[in-house]
Amino acid sequence: MADYIKHAVNWLTEPTRYFIGFTLAIILILQFRKFFAKTFVIVAFFVLGAAFLVFAWKDPNFAKIIGKPDNVPIVILLATVVYFSWLSLRKAVINDERIARGEPTLEGDFNKQKVFTWPDLVYTELICLVLFTVALVVWSIVLMAPLEEPAELARTPNPSKAPWYFLGLQELLVYFDPWIAGVLLPSFIIVGLGAIPYVDTNPKGNGYYTFNERKFAIWFFWIGFVLFWVSFVILGTFLRGPNWSFFGPFEYWDLHKLEPMVNVDLSTYFWVNLLDQPRPDNILLREAPGFAFLGAFFLLLPPLLAKTVCRSMFAQIGMVRYQVMMHMLLWFALIPLKMLLRWTVGLKYIVGIPEWFFNV
Amino acid sequence: MKKLLEATTKTQLWKSVFRHGYPDTPRNRTLAVLSNVFLHLHPVKVRRSGIQLSYTWCMGGLTFFLFLIETITGLLLMFYYRPTAELAFQDIMALREHVPIGIMRELHRWAAHLMVITVWLHMYRVFLTGSYKPPREFNWNVGVILLVITLLLSFTGYLLPWDQLAVWAITVGTNMARATPFLGHEGPGAALISFGGLDFVHAGDDVRFGLLAGRFVGEGALLRFYVLHCVGFPLIAATLMAIHFWRVRKDGGISGPL
Ligand code: HEM
Repeated sequence: MADYIKHAVNWLTEPTRYFIGFTLAIILILQFRKFFAKTFVIVAFFVLGAAFLVFAWKDPNFAKIIGKPDNVPIVILLATVVYFSWLSLRKAVINDERIARGEPTLEGDFNKQKVFTWPDLVYTELICLVLFTVALVVWSIVLMAPLEEPAELARTPNPSKAPWYFLGLQELLVYFDPWIAGVLLPSFIIVGLGAIPYVDTNPKGNGYYTFNERKFAIWFFWIGFVLFWVSFVILGTFLRGPNWSFFGPFEYWDLHKLEPMVNVDLSTYFWVNLLDQPRPDNILLREAPGFAFLGAFFLLLPPLLAKTVCRSMFAQIGMVRYQVMMHMLLWFALIPLKMLLRWTVGLKYIVGIPEWFFNV
Repeated sequence: MKKLLEATTKTQLWKSVFRHGYPDTPRNRTLAVLSNVFLHLHPVKVRRSGIQLSYTWCMGGLTFFLFLIETITGLLLMFYYRPTAELAFQDIMALREHVPIGIMRELHRWAAHLMVITVWLHMYRVFLTGSYKPPREFNWNVGVILLVITLLLSFTGYLLPWDQLAVWAITVGTNMARATPFLGHEGPGAALISFGGLDFVHAGDDVRFGLLAGRFVGEGALLRFYVLHCVGFPLIAATLMAIHFWRVRKDGGISGPL
């Protein structure tokens, strides 16, 4: 029985299934939010989660990776993100029902009252401060900060991992070259976050939790933050071992586990497989199919969507905002697109010009 | 007892510090906030929802609190740490071996990890309550920069123990800079920046070299990261936080429905 569960978990957490599973879970939760916002759901999650931890802790491989002092924060991250996502969803569901009945929101009810900073706010702050200090001190006494062998540049550890908060980006290195995963996408994340208040012109949902009044925005942030950031950090921390190969949580980190990689560029697919001739020598000609694809993706898709699916949005926010938003979104959409192409047809690069370090 | 209290509060010394009675009347409660530099960050009265834990999750406040913890513990750690390739690791080792119940390094490290988490959750809350909407667009952007600075603070600190974990994590992280378009020697377009067959962007002068003060994570990088970690980024963060808190007030306090 125990082995059966362990195998099932190892099987389920394989990156493809992990990602698809996570995506499905988010879709289900947001679609059936009335059900998932119930109190017993979160209680059940934490009870089952705790039971699983107790069960899994006996496994040496599991205890080794989860119990690593530097990985404890990731467990906290997982627990808090789940809890607060649930809490916000619950409030959103309640508020949406209130709004539908024409009542003020939870926050609106409260807002008519104002309270004195001293004592109400100051005491809340004080209590938070004391509780957190105690928790931190206990944590620090129980767990020693890690220290490995002295730095030695001649000996590369395997795996070599970036600090945990960047492991989502390191995970993207599986699918993209460093100039995209490590430079372009992070820059776009920062610029994109900054652009949010200027692109989102929806005046509703300012200062209270809601789902119905800001459907697109809430979907967007759950997918972006919970799926592409938090779930990737967890994947990179717990499930990636030597050579960045996948290891299930109950699997031993074997240095020699090698995953076969036979990925093929789009140019090869086009010239060799489709047209049955060798790839041309001229680099630009060779990569023309890839450029055509990217051109269509970034230049044709926005106007096309503006005329069809995103019509009302386009009308609402106007040309400039729409273009800014679309180009940010398309860059992020490139991530799942490339992942899917990798899993299904083993695509390596859409445009692959290693001669110029220009691989997409 | 009561008399003693009265006697103390009547002295010139006491009165020179506190200019109001015990804050149990509206007047004194107002004065308690207005006449205190730190409390003065807050308005005198706040919306009920603004202090409701389930609304704000207290994540911004906790981030600030953790920043203070980092400042205090970091200061203490600086007494014992010398940022040279020769001594850094030894000093950390000494901290762990020779200091009884020494938990400063632990406090500093765990609070740093937590701070990254609380910043993320704070941003998540601000987004989900739509609190970035007018008039708070600017403060959201101050927040975005604070988020970046928080990560940079953590990243620069990661190198300082100078063990395998530290050096290789920073190596992996900064390797990305090599691939910066035009500015990194393995980035697209870098080869275009050349004159008469002479490459201008190469391993000895690209952005990564600038970050690390060398071609690899060595002594130059350690000093650079140390200075940024202990002086540069904390100063920027503190300044931005001051702006951030000021703007929370100026934008009408913590958001709520109109
Ligand atoms: C070092 C990092 C940060 C600190 C210390 C900090 C601190 C705070 C505090 C104490 C508040 C008061 C309300 C609350 O606690 O929720 C606040 C509000 C706010 N923060 Fe931050 N923050 C930080 C980072 C960020 C980030 C990353 C963002 C967004 C990207 C952000 C955007 C905002 C906005 C828009 C408000 C106003 C929210 C409202 O009125 O409801 N902050 N911040």
